[in-house]
Amino acid sequence: MSMSENLDAAKLKVRDLRLSFGDKEVLKGISMDIPEKEIVALIGPSGCGKSTLLRAINRMHDLVPIARVSGEIFLDGKNIYDKELDVVDIRRRIGMVFQKPNPFPKSIAENVAYGLKIAGGTSGKNLQDVIKTSLEGAALWDEVKDSLDKSGLALSGGQQQRLCIARAIAVKPEIILMDEPTSALDPISANKVEKLMLELKKDYTIIVVTHNMQQAQRVADRTAFMYLGEVIEYRPTRELFESPIHDLTKNYISGDFG
Amino acid sequence: MNRNRTDRLFSYLFLGAGMLSVLILLGIFLMLLINGIRTFAEINPLEFLFGSTWNPSAYEKASYGIGSMLVSTLMVTLGAMIIAVPLGIGSAAYLSEIAPARVREILKPILEMLAGIPSVVIGFLGIVLLGPAIASTFGLNNGLNALNGSILLAVMALPTIVSVAEDAIRAVPNSFKEASYALGANRWITLTRVTLPASFSGIIAAMVLGMGRAIGETMTVLMVTGNNLSMPNSYFDSIRTLTATIAIELGEVAYGTTHYFSLFAVGAVLFTISLLVNIVAEWVASKFRY
Amino acid sequence: MRKAKQWIGINLMLVFTLIVAAFLGIVVYDLLYKGSSVISFEFVFDFPRNGNTEGGIWPATVGTALVTLITALFSIPLGVGAAVYLNEYAKENWMTQLIRASIRNLAGVPSIIYGLFGVAIFVNGLGFGASVLAAGMTLGLLTLPYIITTSEEALKTVPDSYREGALALGATKWQAIRTNVLPNAVPGILTGAILGLSRAAGETAPILFTGALYYLRYLPQSVFDPFMVLPYHLYILSTQHHAMEEVRPLAYGTALVLISLILLLNISAFILRYRFRKAQMR
Repeated sequence: MSMSENLDAAKLKVRDLRLSFGDKEVLKGISMDIPEKEIVALIGPSGCGKSTLLRAINRMHDLVPIARVSGEIFLDGKNIYDKELDVVDIRRRIGMVFQKPNPFPKSIAENVAYGLKIAGGTSGKNLQDVIKTSLEGAALWDEVKDSLDKSGLALSGGQQQRLCIARAIAVKPEIILMDEPTSALDPISANKVEKLMLELKKDYTIIVVTHNMQQAQRVADRTAFMYLGEVIEYRPTRELFESPIHDLTKNYISGDFG
Repeated sequence: MNRNRTDRLFSYLFLGAGMLSVLILLGIFLMLLINGIRTFAEINPLEFLFGSTWNPSAYEKASYGIGSMLVSTLMVTLGAMIIAVPLGIGSAAYLSEIAPARVREILKPILEMLAGIPSVVIGFLGIVLLGPAIASTFGLNNGLNALNGSILLAVMALPTIVSVAEDAIRAVPNSFKEASYALGANRWITLTRVTLPASFSGIIAAMVLGMGRAIGETMTVLMVTGNNLSMPNSYFDSIRTLTATIAIELGEVAYGTTHYFSLFAVGAVLFTISLLVNIVAEWVASKFRY
Repeated sequence: MRKAKQWIGINLMLVFTLIVAAFLGIVVYDLLYKGSSVISFEFVFDFPRNGNTEGGIWPATVGTALVTLITALFSIPLGVGAAVYLNEYAKENWMTQLIRASIRNLAGVPSIIYGLFGVAIFVNGLGFGASVLAAGMTLGLLTLPYIITTSEEALKTVPDSYREGALALGATKWQAIRTNVLPNAVPGILTGAILGLSRAAGETAPILFTGALYYLRYLPQSVFDPFMVLPYHLYILSTQHHAMEEVRPLAYGTALVLISLILLLNISAFILRYRFRKAQMR
């Protein structure tokens, strides 16, 4: 499939990415370009490999002993699977928000400061500033500014997810990966997170996995439809939903399977 | 980059801690082998294993036969199993299948505490309580004999048997039991015809592990079996086990003598038995898993 | 008929269970009944006198505490380290299986064999002599498999999302373990460690030849000194003493102090575990 626009300046370029767990090939040669400061949605039926692709982008599969990866992912022209590159550094440049909110059993402030503290940098006044701006950036500051010492686990589900977003942006990543960030939330909280994503797009490149096709249409600039480990169709969101080229895409977005 | 160096350092430290167990086991094995093997510079191995006289400090000719101790060890172990197996499996089945959650929450810690009672304390009560009771019941001079040891070893093996057997019984899938109930079986029939047979290998493993505890126990048997070296004829005889022999003699033996090395050889026999017991237990337990 | 069988069967099981539980009851009751009259301030805090026929058990209590301390210092770091390796680093391969098999087999090695090993390695081999250090380390080896197993259980209860969350923020593996995994496993690790140490504190066979003495009029001055301990003291008083019948009350007192110490440790571990589990439910 060809892209309609020029993507030379892509922030992230995936080239022939293949990934298998043991004998099972889960990604079968993915190539796609992600432009800077856009939101790209990955959709497709369960087991199509969209979450696997997302986790490949910040090398979370390094933790799985049986995972085998080949191909390349270029971040600003540098292959993140290059042996020379430090995986810890890559993960700081590519943040991640998980499906289920996973605040650490620490205070709200400590949660936000976590990434900075382990990097061994900021402290004192500066740290307070980062906590504030990050929580503001995640649209959570007004709700928690008087209870920064409270445990992150004491927040509601939607607040927890926004705390996790604050935690991710506190380390100033370039890309934020979101793995079904609203699927565990109630509609009102989900709506807040969606609004937040559109806000974050001004500063960050976002890749989001979602099961919710309305969500993809509401937030994503581009959408990729994946099926059985391959990208079937990847186009600007409106084009993909209004005039899908491939029959599989057509069937999926009309709800015929999934 | 400094963080990564720390990271690597710790991964090696943890690997080292992990490997330590292998080294310790190997170390124990080699230590027993190197010391024990020197016994056989002077003693025929067959005579050592099957000879029934152990008299290292004999005036004329010292003899090193562990036969009577082997028999003694097997005797108290068997006695302990006869007592502990029905009690242990009955309790395990009760705790996992019948007991209400509240009762279980009280009984399980009690069992763990029973496991925590020091063997000297058990041995002490064997001397002051059980010994006199056995003596008066059976009209003996004293109650320090194989029967006393068997009963106390049963008490010590019970926590192991109950907890391993309980895990095994609990691991039987509910679908098995539901199928039985659906056919109109009551709880007792389901337990005896379905659940217990299905957890058979786990129960055997529990018995074998309990047996391992009994074979290796030292202080209790040392204190309550009278430590008589002659070949036992009945459970009312005073006996002396392999473990007790090491405990009694290592303290007074001269370093580097055949007698000294022979105690390591006794240790090697014990070690081999305990390894075999573990291997059998694992093999049985792995035969049947859900 | 079937009903009657079931009734008999189930009640028989109940009786068996009660018999097992009664063993603990008998131990505790008899020791309390006959031992409590011996317990006094003097008994606990005085030195033994006159060849253990009079006086107290102070050096044995202190010795038990010291040896257990060495055991803790030796076995907890190594045990937790091994558990971290197995739960956080180890891949499923032959080496991991070898390590796991070794741990299971170590748990089944008779305690007297640890005593032999202690004599050969710590007392003679490393030249520690019969001492607090040699005995503590011998008991440390004995406790190690238990601490590894219980620590690994505790680490398993820490949700993976804590690890992933930390790594996704750029933590190294060690940083994730230190900040997010270990702190959340501490109560579980501590429960296991306390139970393991309480068993070590009651052990006798491994220390028969690694440093326990039966009569001391002073406390050990360094880790290279021999010592008295409660379990060995009880063994001596009840089987090796020249006036066994006369010192029986002292033996009861010693047994009571020993078992109180151990049950106290056990109960505190259970309370810790109960709270830990409740906290995790939330």
